[in-house]
Amino acid sequence: MKLYDGGKILIGLMVFVGIATFPFYYNIGKVDTKPELKTDTPAIQAWEKQYGKKECVESKEYMRSEHMQLLNNWRDSVVRDMNRQYVSMTSGKKFNMSLQNGCLNCHSNKKQFCDQCHNYMAVKPYCFDCHIQPMEKEENKS
Amino acid sequence: MSMDRRQFLKIAGISSILGFGASVASATHTIWEPGLKPPQVEPNPDGLIAKRWAMVVDMSKFKTDEDIKKVTTACHQTHNVPDFRNPDGTVDKKFEIKWIWEEPFGRTFPGSENKFMSEHIKDMPFIVLCNHCDNPPCVRVCPTQATFKLPNGITMQDMHRCIGCRFCMAACPYGARSFNWTDPRKAINPATENKAYPTRTKGVVEKCTFCTERLQFGKIPACVEAAPKGAMFFGDIEDPNSEVRKIVTSQLTIRRKPELGTGPAVYYVIGGSDHA
Repeated sequence: MKLYDGGKILIGLMVFVGIATFPFYYNIGKVDTKPELKTDTPAIQAWEKQYGKKECVESKEYMRSEHMQLLNNWRDSVVRDMNRQYVSMTSGKKFNMSLQNGCLNCHSNKKQFCDQCHNYMAVKPYCFDCHIQPMEKEENKS
Repeated sequence: MSMDRRQFLKIAGISSILGFGASVASATHTIWEPGLKPPQVEPNPDGLIAKRWAMVVDMSKFKTDEDIKKVTTACHQTHNVPDFRNPDGTVDKKFEIKWIWEEPFGRTFPGSENKFMSEHIKDMPFIVLCNHCDNPPCVRVCPTQATFKLPNGITMQDMHRCIGCRFCMAACPYGARSFNWTDPRKAINPATENKAYPTRTKGVVEKCTFCTERLQFGKIPACVEAAPKGAMFFGDIEDPNSEVRKIVTSQLTIRRKPELGTGPAVYYVIGGSDHA
């Protein structure tokens, strides 16, 4: 069997394979850095001092997987049902249902907390189009 | 299988009845089911509660333009309302957002002016805001239920749900709603920004909320707080002992365009006597 124009075809194939696999070798060592969340803001440290442990509204695992759902429910409950307080299923403590005046009071480091996972997962929640994010120091900029 | 005409009609009739019944049943379920219910969530214990919030505005107590400016500024700063200006410093009418503002008598109470009425009243600026109607046209036309009635009478706005169709703006007879044609953050001064309240985003409609968020923390609306003494009252009109009720019962008050049947909850006193 003879391959007509074999040279051109082989070069073409090599160029194609090169372009098709470009995204893979271009990103080697870039995106597999795991997100690192920092929970050492002054407010969290003060909480730890007072209660002896770091704790969120619910358990860490619950917050990691369900915080979007929880925030959606909070929003509906506040805006439509005029509720303001959330009773934790984990600790029984009461929390002000608010992103801007609740969550971000402790997690005042949006760039090292929220953005870490959101960027890693390439999700762009539009919370902060309206809700004002806390001022962060220049050195926190990534 | 063969089927005669009579059998076919029977089956067709029964299935259409069943289908119609199912569509009715599915239409009666509520569109929105809360994800969190008491006792997991509860209102703030310090919150102010009323059966029907209402406001009384006594324009005679506003002596200077400064008094009015104080009220509008207090509201607009509390709620991060953008202030779009032309290069020459005048208000940019194309992008203007207003929750509380002033209108001349003729535009506040159209049809009530007459040829011989006192120049003083004719030229007096009136403070106007959302009337939180009993029967709000904006709520009726909203296709997403983004604007809705709270049980305490406030016409509330859920910015998360607003799709910016502006039906409510067309429906509101008081012009109380404004549309964000562009990102409002461009026109909010970061120095006076209220860090505890959100801004809005491009493409949503906004208006006065009777300071729902302040009431929930035991505070009266920002405009009432900033008004001169005895100029603005806020309270439960269903409560016979409330200030607003006493004023409305004891003297003549007028409301904006009551003939439309919207049932506004903002009452105006034009005279100059002391009350309450």
